[in-house]
Amino acid sequence: MAITLKVNGRSHTLDIDPATPLLYVLSDDLALNGPKFGCGLGQCGACTAIVNGTAVRTCVTPVSTVDGKEVTTLEALGTPEKPHPLQQAFIDEQASQCGFCVNGVIMSAKAFLDKNPKATPEQMQQALSGVLCRCFTHVRMHRAIERYAKEVAR
Amino acid sequence: MKKGAMNRRGFLKVSGALVVGFSSFSSKPGEAQVLQTALPGSPALNQLDSWIAIGADGSIIAYSGKEELGQGIATAQQQLVAEELSVPFERVKLIYCDTGITPDQSHTAGSQSHPANFNHGNLAQAGATARETLFQLASQRLNVPADQLTAWDGVITAKNDPSKKVAYAQLVGGKKFNLAVSVSAKRKPASEWKVLGTPAKRPDLPDIVTGRFEHVHNVRLPGMLHGRVVRPPAVGSTVLSVDESSVQGMPGLEKVVVKKNFVGVVAEKPWQAMQAASKLKVNWSAGTGLPRQTDFYEAVRKQPARDQLVVDSKDSEQTLGKAATVLKTTYYHPYQMHGSVGSSCSVADVQGEKATIYSATQAVWYQKSTSAMVLGLKPENVRVIFRRGSGCYGINGADTVTYDAAILSQAVGRPVRVQLSRKDEMAWENYGNAYVMEERAGLDAQGNIIAWEHESWTPSKGNRPGTGTPGNVVTGMLLGFDPQPFAPGPAQEPRAYNNGSNVVPSYFAGRVAGKAQGTGKIASEKALVHNVASPFWTGPLRSPARLQNTFAHECFMDELAAKVKADPVEYRLRHLSDPRLIEVLKAAANAAKWEPRPSPKTGLSKTGVVTGRGAACVLYEGDNGYSAAVIEVDVNQDTGEVVVKRIWTSHDCGPISNPDGLRNQIEGGALQAVSRALGEEVTWDNEKVTSFDWRTYHSLTLGMPLPKIESVLINRLDEEANGAGETSITVIAAAIGNAIFDATGVRIRQIPFTKDWVKKALEKRG
Repeated sequence: MAITLKVNGRSHTLDIDPATPLLYVLSDDLALNGPKFGCGLGQCGACTAIVNGTAVRTCVTPVSTVDGKEVTTLEALGTPEKPHPLQQAFIDEQASQCGFCVNGVIMSAKAFLDKNPKATPEQMQQALSGVLCRCFTHVRMHRAIERYAKEVAR
Repeated sequence: MKKGAMNRRGFLKVSGALVVGFSSFSSKPGEAQVLQTALPGSPALNQLDSWIAIGADGSIIAYSGKEELGQGIATAQQQLVAEELSVPFERVKLIYCDTGITPDQSHTAGSQSHPANFNHGNLAQAGATARETLFQLASQRLNVPADQLTAWDGVITAKNDPSKKVAYAQLVGGKKFNLAVSVSAKRKPASEWKVLGTPAKRPDLPDIVTGRFEHVHNVRLPGMLHGRVVRPPAVGSTVLSVDESSVQGMPGLEKVVVKKNFVGVVAEKPWQAMQAASKLKVNWSAGTGLPRQTDFYEAVRKQPARDQLVVDSKDSEQTLGKAATVLKTTYYHPYQMHGSVGSSCSVADVQGEKATIYSATQAVWYQKSTSAMVLGLKPENVRVIFRRGSGCYGINGADTVTYDAAILSQAVGRPVRVQLSRKDEMAWENYGNAYVMEERAGLDAQGNIIAWEHESWTPSKGNRPGTGTPGNVVTGMLLGFDPQPFAPGPAQEPRAYNNGSNVVPSYFAGRVAGKAQGTGKIASEKALVHNVASPFWTGPLRSPARLQNTFAHECFMDELAAKVKADPVEYRLRHLSDPRLIEVLKAAANAAKWEPRPSPKTGLSKTGVVTGRGAACVLYEGDNGYSAAVIEVDVNQDTGEVVVKRIWTSHDCGPISNPDGLRNQIEGGALQAVSRALGEEVTWDNEKVTSFDWRTYHSLTLGMPLPKIESVLINRLDEEANGAGETSITVIAAAIGNAIFDATGVRIRQIPFTKDWVKKALEKRG
């Protein structure tokens, strides 16, 4: 079945099983490194992308449900040369260890702060209650998000 | 001695000590050690060219056998080489863990990278040798004595005449050194450090936060297919038959692969492989059954054991008999998981007699030799290239999935990527060991400890794959290889003091062969371990055995202090002898503004939320980094919920290579410890593991109540470099247990401190 996806501003038409989770299209067909397979169950957040402004778990989102919608991945925020301010905050705070979960943390935080720019750190924490970092870089990640929220989002 | 036969620590230490014939971990520089060779095919460890190259353009390349797992060691190694060669951090390119290029430094594990590469051998000594060589060459070229020269940014200049200068590239650029690593080359003194010791930023972060970084999960080879494994439904199930017609004609399916008890499928797309794997009809035998979890700890104590005596003064029983007071308690620690956030992945390309394998293994050279066994190829025809996986904290599924990818690629003759399902990762990984730990101590009339006996029981099966043991992980076993054998046997008399697993409490004198090498004063001492067989695969999980033992020792120390109504910190100090351990404990207590008083608090309320504080300390592995922690907890006595509010930690790991990297390790280790102490436990029914996802295995998330963490770093520039990745995690569980006791008067001796478990314990208090 032909499905048209708008990913990071570009249109892609793919002939694909409509039940395929969006994650595999992003990471395999479109060769994006941002969204990651963590659990395949929507439990950890590593696969998060932003679809029409909302953070979604792409590992449990059939590609057919995002037909025609705007999909944004970590790659679209910024580049190593010109990172997005939220990405820059993660660099400034050295808020990463292995880096596997970082996509889910940044994309979840970004989507939440876009809609709730005045969110308190407690609300931010609540918003990330379904996101895992098993290196437990929590302190730095929350500090980076708060830095971005203070400097830019609010 | 065969490498595989050595224990983890002895093995890591010896194999880290290779380069110039003396120990890279010994506290005495130049102390002779048995020379050990790397695995066949490795660049020679005693040759400078194996470690450092200077390009014709002046670029500096360093080769290391210690890899970046997320712990920051690549940044620190880059700093080290930049420092020794007097160039800015950015000038050094570090290449690590590729069997086609880099030297065999065994595993990147056991907090051994800092000791191995930052003391007197290996990368550090190679750097010093390179600098010394460049200075000699420059001295000849410029006709200026070497001690009259200085270097910066790849240029050596005469101190008195800046016009006399020569670049490294002009001296050796693009050529080999053709020199042995010099035993006598002098490391740059810490007082002159410009790059080492600074908070250099991790060079990988800009790529990580923007999605450009390539984990092993993102390796994409031309013509690559996707594999999926089908694991047995129960522990011990074997394949009776596979009905390939059940998946015939499925879209994209390339092949069904069955080899002994290994079953997998290969398809064009990942989703197709997943669907084929779930549809494939496999007829499995019944499992071999599992012991009942509810009385597992009791059963463990009754198994045939391989005993290991770590210290024994031979008079502990007698001294206990004379003691004014004797205290005996038992502590329990469950199996826990590495539980990597990303399930493990590997990409293999097996073409005929040759294989190239991308793996997140912690030991590329062992992976090379065992992959060769699994594939039936010659080891020299297998190249294993490390690519970072999801943080592993020990042996997660990285090794097992590497065999999965290799076998499937061999079956189809094309590159194959395999990523495990969440369940396959969690139900079959090599868990951190369960423990039953008994402590017995005798006090004199003044309340001082005069004798202490520690006895523990711990089940294990498999381990990291060493040479010849692919069966140490599940895929190897399914392919017909056995795990390293387990044989019960009596304890031998210890010949040398080795507290590598922290079996010996910090308060023991640790006297072996007439020499006290422990960190404490208790002379009447015994520490005995009973190793028994495990129904599950086990392997090192961050602070393996050390965390479990320290939980028991440091909680018990608190129980003894409470028994004699002593302040827990003062009581510890009274029984310690090692000045560095004393200092870290004092540093954590000072940071926490610790007020001396006995635990528990007086006038305890039995309802609502109460607050308590607890302390713990350790010399990690008996010689590899000092750490202490003070913790403040809130205990909700109505619900049983424990919330860690504050953590004060202190650390002494010798000279600090990168203070920010160290803090990152301390903070991460501390919070991982909180998660493990409060919620994490492997569970099972009568045939299979039942904790196989994030609903059934309870990790704290980024929504957890975030404690405030304060870390005190003690920088000892004149000491040996120690490990730092596993120190903070080791003391936290005990400090939490002690804080719960302080707040409630209830001692909980079994991890995890879940709501239900704490509530039950509080109810027993009445």
